Amino acid sequence: MSIETVIEIVLAAVVLTLGVWTIVVPETFSATVGFVAYGLLVALIWVRLDAADVALTEAAIGGGLGGVLLLGAAARLRDADMMADARPGKLLRAGAAALSVLTAAVLAGVVLLLPDPAPTLAPAAVANAWATGLSNPVTNVLMAFRAMDTMLEKVVLLLAIIGVWSLAPDSAWGGRPGPRHQADPRGVLAFLARLLPPVGIVIGIYILWTGSDHPGGAFQGGAILASMWLLAIMAGLADTPLVSHRSVRFILVAGPGLFLLVGLAGLLFGAAFLSYPPALAKPLILGIEIAMTLTIAATLGLLLAGAPERSTEP
Amino acid sequence: MSLARDVMTIAAVSAGAFFFLAGTVGLLRFPDTLTRLHALTKADNLGLGLVVLGLLPQAASLRDGLKLVGIWLLGLLAGATVSQLIARAARHGQLNR
Amino acid sequence: MTEFLTVAVGFILAMLALGLLSILRGPGDADRVMATQLIGTGGIATLLLLGTAASIPAAIDVALTLALLATFTSIAFVKKGLSRFAADGTASTEDE
Repeated sequence: MSIETVIEIVLAAVVLTLGVWTIVVPETFSATVGFVAYGLLVALIWVRLDAADVALTEAAIGGGLGGVLLLGAAARLRDADMMADARPGKLLRAGAAALSVLTAAVLAGVVLLLPDPAPTLAPAAVANAWATGLSNPVTNVLMAFRAMDTMLEKVVLLLAIIGVWSLAPDSAWGGRPGPRHQADPRGVLAFLARLLPPVGIVIGIYILWTGSDHPGGAFQGGAILASMWLLAIMAGLADTPLVSHRSVRFILVAGPGLFLLVGLAGLLFGAAFLSYPPALAKPLILGIEIAMTLTIAATLGLLLAGAPERSTEP
Repeated sequence: MSLARDVMTIAAVSAGAFFFLAGTVGLLRFPDTLTRLHALTKADNLGLGLVVLGLLPQAASLRDGLKLVGIWLLGLLAGATVSQLIARAARHGQLNR
Repeated sequence: MTEFLTVAVGFILAMLALGLLSILRGPGDADRVMATQLIGTGGIATLLLLGTAASIPAAIDVALTLALLATFTSIAFVKKGLSRFAADGTASTEDE
């Protein structure tokens, strides 16, 4: 048994133990912290499996926005726990456990029953990379070969934000989401919120830019930018925008909108919907990715900020 | 030249691993939140810093080397900020108890 | 060289696992939040060593992202996320 195998076993054992602990532990807060830690370790596994694109997404979402969202939810649940003490019944919990075990068993069975070698389109994706001029096969699949899926995904993000906003009371409609955060302007948090975002913005743009040839891309870059925005909001240095503001609405639809326009242009002037002319493929894809990065950053930030709750009048 | 680089890598990464060991022992042995925090920052700052120092001679390009140093600086900033925030939260929690 | 770096990865992973065991037991929430900080730092070191040992250049970018966002879980803990109860949380922890 080589050293690599031993390390893979150790890594898998740690992740599995942490997973089981997260399920078994009774307090919501502990389970949440365990889950965030679990996500960071899973990023290690993705790197070990040579899936750096996935690892980058896991790190950008799980390390930043996911943790903020989950810990915030846990804090709310804890406050709610004190008021209402209604634990689910034994039957319900046993049923949930049985369903979970069944799902895990089916998944394990499917993975174990895969033919060897597993069916794959990876060689085809790599062989056709010339068509776009980008050498990261994942970006090629997302932005060219399966561009329709990616475009619809961005529309789903838009639907999600509409869903969140629809929870706003009538009086707050068009106002600012979430509470106005306060922090000592000379405190640690405000200091960090002044120092980190310039660095983070550079890293976010770098991750977007490097995505054409190396692991990275619009989603990871956008998630990093959104985290930096949230940091400034949480430190009280910036306020959430009015959701009725025209520029907010414009940025939210910029990514899918540009994607759709380019797709329709392909239908009118080219071969098919979302077909890029080979000479223009790379600039078009980069243009769409830049617009999508802005949209993703704004959408993720606003999704975390929540429903509008402060009306337009101060 | 290659030998000198490898020796530096082995020395610095081993020292970094030692500080991770020290940090973990501290976490296992120390009694309360504030002292554990102290142990944790040893692993943060010195462990990561020495690992980065050890990997610098193996970096493929200048850009990779700069990224490595950047990672350590970000790690330092994170360690300093987080220990302040957690320590204040822990002290506040104790006062309220 | 590769063997040495791989052994170092295994050692730091083991330290990480031990540290997790001790921290996740608590007793306080602050101790548990330290777990994410520990995994952040140890994970970054592991990623860098693994990336060099297995020649995965993108591991550095993953580590860079983790290092950039390393503070977020702790900030969320102090601020109690973005919830409406946040204002009290900050006032109490920053007014000192």
